[in-house]
Amino acid sequence: MIGRRLLIAIPILFVSAIIVFGIIRLVPGDPAAAILGSNASPAAIVALRHQLGLDQPVTTQFFHWLGGALHGDFGQDYVTSESITTEIGARLPITAELAAVSFVLALVVAVPLGVISAVRRDGWLDRFARGVAVLTIALPDFVFGMIGVLVFALKLSLAPTSGFISVPEGGLGENIQSIALPAIALALGLGGVLVRTTRSAMLDVLDADYVRFARASGFGGLTVTFRYALRNAAVPIVTVIGLQLGYLLGGTVVVEQLFSLGGVGQLIVQAMLNRDYPVVQACVLIFVVAFIVASLITDIIYTVLNPRLRKAAA
Amino acid sequence: MTDQTVNLHEISQEVPGTAGPARRWHRGLARRGEIVAGGVLVAIVVLIAVIVPLAEPGADTKINPAGGLAAPGAGGLLGTDQLGRDLLARVAVGFRISLSISLGAVVFAVLVGGVLGLIAATSPRALDGFIMRVLDVIMSFPALLLAIVMVALLGPGVVVLLFAIGVVYVPIIARVMRGAALQTAQQAYVESARARGAGRLRILFLHIAPNSLGPLIVQSSILVGLGIILEAGLSFVGLGVQPPTPSLGLLLASGRDYMATSPWVVADPAVAICLAVLGFTLIGDGLQSWLDPQKAAIGR
Repeated sequence: MIGRRLLIAIPILFVSAIIVFGIIRLVPGDPAAAILGSNASPAAIVALRHQLGLDQPVTTQFFHWLGGALHGDFGQDYVTSESITTEIGARLPITAELAAVSFVLALVVAVPLGVISAVRRDGWLDRFARGVAVLTIALPDFVFGMIGVLVFALKLSLAPTSGFISVPEGGLGENIQSIALPAIALALGLGGVLVRTTRSAMLDVLDADYVRFARASGFGGLTVTFRYALRNAAVPIVTVIGLQLGYLLGGTVVVEQLFSLGGVGQLIVQAMLNRDYPVVQACVLIFVVAFIVASLITDIIYTVLNPRLRKAAA
Repeated sequence: MTDQTVNLHEISQEVPGTAGPARRWHRGLARRGEIVAGGVLVAIVVLIAVIVPLAEPGADTKINPAGGLAAPGAGGLLGTDQLGRDLLARVAVGFRISLSISLGAVVFAVLVGGVLGLIAATSPRALDGFIMRVLDVIMSFPALLLAIVMVALLGPGVVVLLFAIGVVYVPIIARVMRGAALQTAQQAYVESARARGAGRLRILFLHIAPNSLGPLIVQSSILVGLGIILEAGLSFVGLGVQPPTPSLGLLLASGRDYMATSPWVVADPAVAICLAVLGFTLIGDGLQSWLDPQKAAIGR
C-alpha cells in the first residue's frame, strides 16, 4: 500500500511540475522584454533571452528548470535579480511554522472537543461546539484574523497587528506573540471541520458492539472512549485531515498577506502582482510538493491505523 | 455494507436510551430545520442581491465624500465606507458577483466533472483509471493555489475567477459522481434496462445519472459556500475581482484600515459572507443527513 502510493506520488509530482511550468510559460508576453522595459533595443532583448535560456526549445527549458529545482536551484528572480532559492529559503520557515502551529492547534483542540461532543451528545458543550464549528466553516480564515487584530491587537494590545518575529530575533515569547493570531485564524477552519468529523465518527463507533462490550466488561469511561472508540474513529478523521490540508496550505497565502508575515504565501501574491512568474512557478511547486508529501504521510498513518488496508492492497 | 452491519445497527436502535423512535423523529425534524433555515438564509441573500441594486442603480459606486464612514442608521441601513459609498448597495452588488462566480463555478464543475465521473464509472478500467489519475493531478494542487495559477494565466476578473474555481471543483464533483454512479450501476433496474436492450448512452443518462444525483446535489451545495470563501480570499489579496467592482473580499480588504474606528465597514461584508456560506452549508448538511445519515457531517 505504502509502496504503491509512493509510486503514484512520483508521476503525479512530475505531471504537476509540467503543469506549473507549462501554464506559466503560456502567460502572454516575453519576460525578457518585460524585464528590460519598453525602451530596450531588440538586440538587448535577444541577448537577455539567450542569457535566460528562453531561446532554447521548451522541453530543454523544462528539464533545465526541473533539474535545477531538484537540486534546490529555482533560477533568478527577474525583478530583484536575486536567487529565487535564497528568497524562498528565507521565507519558508515562516510559512512552515505558521502551517505547523495551526495544524497542531486545530488537532489538539478540535479532536478532544469532538470526542466530548459525541460522548455528551446534545449537552451544552456539544451544542456550543457544533455552533462554533458551523461558524468557523461559514467564515473565511482572514475574517477571523481581522476580528483578532481588532480585539487583541488594536483594543487590548496583546499582540502586534502584523509582522513576523523569529526566535533568534526576539526570543520565543515575541515569536509566539507574532504568530499567535495568524495561527489561530488559520486553525479555526480546519478545527471546525475536525470537530464535526470527530463527533460524527465517534457517534458511529460509540454505538458499536465492541464498545458496549468493553463497557459491559467493566472498563472505565475514559479507557473505552479513548482506547476503543477513538482508535476506531480515527480512520475517517485522518481522511478528512488529508483532504483539508490543501485548504490549510492555501490559507497561508491569504493569512500571511493579512498579517504581513513575509512567508512564501505572501511572496507568491507579491510575485503575482509584479508579474514575476519564475517566482510564482517556484512557490506553487513548493506548495504542491508540500501537499503531496502531506497526503502521502496521511496515507501512511491511515494504513498504520487500519491494518485491513495493508492486507487489501497486498 | 454487509448484511451483518445492518443488523447490528438495527439492534442498537432498539436499546433504550440510545436512539428510540422519539429521538429519530426529533432528528428528522432537526435536519428538516437545517434545510429550511439554510433555504431562508439563501433566499434573503438572493433577495438582497436582486432587489437592492434595482432600487437605486449605481449607488454601489457613487462617491459622497461628505458622508464618509457614516454609522449604520445615520447613513443608510448598513452605514457608508471611507468614500461615502452606501455599504448596503455595495454588499448587494458583492452578493451578485460572489453568487455569480460561485454558482457559475459549480455549474461548470457539474457539467464537466459530472460527465467525466459518469464516463469513468461506466468505462473499461483503463479509461476509468486514466480519467481519475488526471483528476488526481489537479487535486494535488491546494485549491487556492490552483486558482492563483489560473489567474496568472488568464489575468484577474470575474469570468476568470468563475473558471478558476470551477476547475478546482471538477475533480471533486467527478469523484462524487463516479462513486454514486458505481453504486447506482449495480441496481436491479439498471440490469433490467440492459437486459431489455437499452443502449449504453441511454442507460448512462436515463437510468444511472438521474439516480445518482443525490450526493452530487449535496456536494454542489457545500461547494457553492466554499466558492464564496475562495472568491473572497482571492479578491482580498488583490488577485480576484478588481476595484471599483465591489466584491465581498475587496470590501474587507479596503475596510481594514478603518475597522478600529468604524467597525461596520468590515462587519457588513463579514456578516454578508457568513449568511451566504451558512445558508448553502446548512442546505448541504441537511440534505446530506437526509440522504445518507451514515456519512453526515463529514467534510465541508
